[in-house]
Amino acid sequence: MNWEFILGRSLSSAIGSDAAVFALAAIGLNLHFGYTGLLNFGQVAFMALGAYGLSVTVATLGLSLWWGIPIGLALSVTLALLLGLPTLRLRADYLAIVTIAASEIVRFVARSVSMRGVTGGSFGLSGFADEFYAVNPIPGGSYGFGVVQFSARALWVIAVAWGLVAIISLMVYVLMHSPWGRVLRSIREDEDAARSLGKNVYSYKMQSLVLGGLFGTIGGFMYAISQQSVQPDTYSTPVTFYCYAIIILGGTARVLGPVLGSMIFWGLLSFTDTALRQAVGAGYIPTAIMDGTQVGQSRFVLLGLGLMLLMIFRPQGILGDRREIALDAH
Amino acid sequence: MPTDTWVDGVTPEPGVAKPDPILVVDGVTRRFGGLKAVDVEHVEFQRGAITALIGPNGAGKTTFFNLLTGFDRPDAGTWTFDGRRMAGMAAHKVARIGMVRTFQLTKALSRLTVMENMKLGATKQKGESFARALLPPLWRKQERGIEDRAADLLARFKLDNKRDDFAGTLSGGQRKLLEMARALMVQPDIVMLDEPMAGVNPALTQSLLGHVKDLRTQGMSVLFVEHDMDVVRDISDWVVVMAEGKIISEGTPDHIGQDRKVIDAYLGASHDAPTTPEEEQRQLAEAEAALDAETAEREQLQP
Ligand SMILES: Nc1ncnc2c1ncn2[C@@H]1O[C@H](COP(=O)(O)OP(=O)(O)OP(=O)(O)O)[C@@H](O)[C@H]1O
Ligand SMILES: [Mg+2]
Repeated sequence: MNWEFILGRSLSSAIGSDAAVFALAAIGLNLHFGYTGLLNFGQVAFMALGAYGLSVTVATLGLSLWWGIPIGLALSVTLALLLGLPTLRLRADYLAIVTIAASEIVRFVARSVSMRGVTGGSFGLSGFADEFYAVNPIPGGSYGFGVVQFSARALWVIAVAWGLVAIISLMVYVLMHSPWGRVLRSIREDEDAARSLGKNVYSYKMQSLVLGGLFGTIGGFMYAISQQSVQPDTYSTPVTFYCYAIIILGGTARVLGPVLGSMIFWGLLSFTDTALRQAVGAGYIPTAIMDGTQVGQSRFVLLGLGLMLLMIFRPQGILGDRREIALDAH
Repeated sequence: MPTDTWVDGVTPEPGVAKPDPILVVDGVTRRFGGLKAVDVEHVEFQRGAITALIGPNGAGKTTFFNLLTGFDRPDAGTWTFDGRRMAGMAAHKVARIGMVRTFQLTKALSRLTVMENMKLGATKQKGESFARALLPPLWRKQERGIEDRAADLLARFKLDNKRDDFAGTLSGGQRKLLEMARALMVQPDIVMLDEPMAGVNPALTQSLLGHVKDLRTQGMSVLFVEHDMDVVRDISDWVVVMAEGKIISEGTPDHIGQDRKVIDAYLGASHDAPTTPEEEQRQLAEAEAALDAETAEREQLQP
């Protein structure tokens, strides 16, 4: 077993662009679920709109990549309004049902045969992010230390993605320490109490849904750019649940919870993956138990196990406040 | 002691006009299936007075509160607050124009601190708009003012040593106090308290009663639901009695204590054998309503 390699790969994943993308989406979900108490089970739909907003703008409409950003953001706001207008006056579970359905609808529409001319159907689109790489100020070459190495291209994506994570985290920090954030948290605790104190609960829930959705969409932009391609099945329901795993891991309703959660999530996933592969390769794990092709699934089993242990020993997540969890019993 | 003189000129009968009403209710009804939970023909509440709303369990007091404050919609009826037509107004707007209520089942915001609970109550906060929230210098000063006001109220309600604790850690009685103090942060013209003393220890009840009387001194009107007749006698200027959704009696506390209809309503008229078929019908309906109320309460208690 080459531990330097295993740890190096884990670290690369923890600070890589996927971790930043999921941090962005999870920050949005944290705003919904952690701070406002909204059950959004379709965060992936907002990511998909970002990815497709960008790629369709370039690959199909032939416009500049930079047009894709306002288009993606506008689609995101539209989806949030469509989801929120009919459901946010109702009980929390209605939003849950509608969002999970919407995320599947977005994916099915994107992959449908009749949309092939627009979204590329099940093949998706690719090669639309050249303009992004064209403005890369980092000179070519390889950067890093030891086994942790990034190309200039990868480093450019990583820098922008984590830069966005930093800006958005700062924004969430300021918001959550403001009276606006206090209203959101009061809605999470008891909507009627907030109403009885003159707060327009419906409007705040909508603002939260829109804003958190936009963060997911920004994550979608970066995901599409980092891969230089979009494929509909990348944007399926489990992605939303990875985001939930991430915020629970990091600590819900904590500004840096989703950031730390995402780094640990991707770091651990990579760690179990490389460690298992090496163990199988070196014969430490007999092929009767597992062979190389089963590693992909097994790492999720191990991650699930890890999450269960976390829930038992640290139910508030890594950055969470134990006292708050104790109050949940009410 | 109720010292106001306006009561002298008012005949103690259901629906009687008040010299200076702040709240006037007309024909408000609310049905739950076959049950007419609220059926109020006409009632007025005097400005600057403490009015008690009493009645047996299931009389419709809480439902009446819910209707007036926009938390429930009536099947029919209109009401005016300070001359403004209120029917159909959303709950948060009702609160903003100065009519604030508390809940029978206390709604402390558990994972907010006591101080945060209080600050939430302040209206017209600049920092509650999204754009301005992003620029703290725009709201910091106002926030400090709100915090000072909240600290004063917390001290008055003897919760100042709890200010940084999560509200979820407070006892039931302390939550009642917090909810009342928080309602006052809204700076309302009328406060509607649904059983504010329930679960508060007797020593604290006295100081709470003092606070309620203070509100009147400060020019606020108070409407409160209460089951304890001693409390009602102690602080209220006027008493309105509900039973089976209707206003069955009104008057000063002394008058109410002697009203035959009120005694009947509380005892379900069962202290007298039914003399007529109508009477018997009424008793049956009452027993049913009482049962309904019990089930509803059990359901309410379950989360
Ligand atoms: N949401 C509801 N659905 C059905 N019935 C209801 C509902 N809310 C209240 N009721 C019924 O309406 C009647 C009046 O209830 P309400 O809670 O207003 O009584 P109350 O006077 O506040 O009683 P208490 O003194 O016990 O608090 C009861 O019979 C109750 O069962
Ligand atoms: Mg009640």
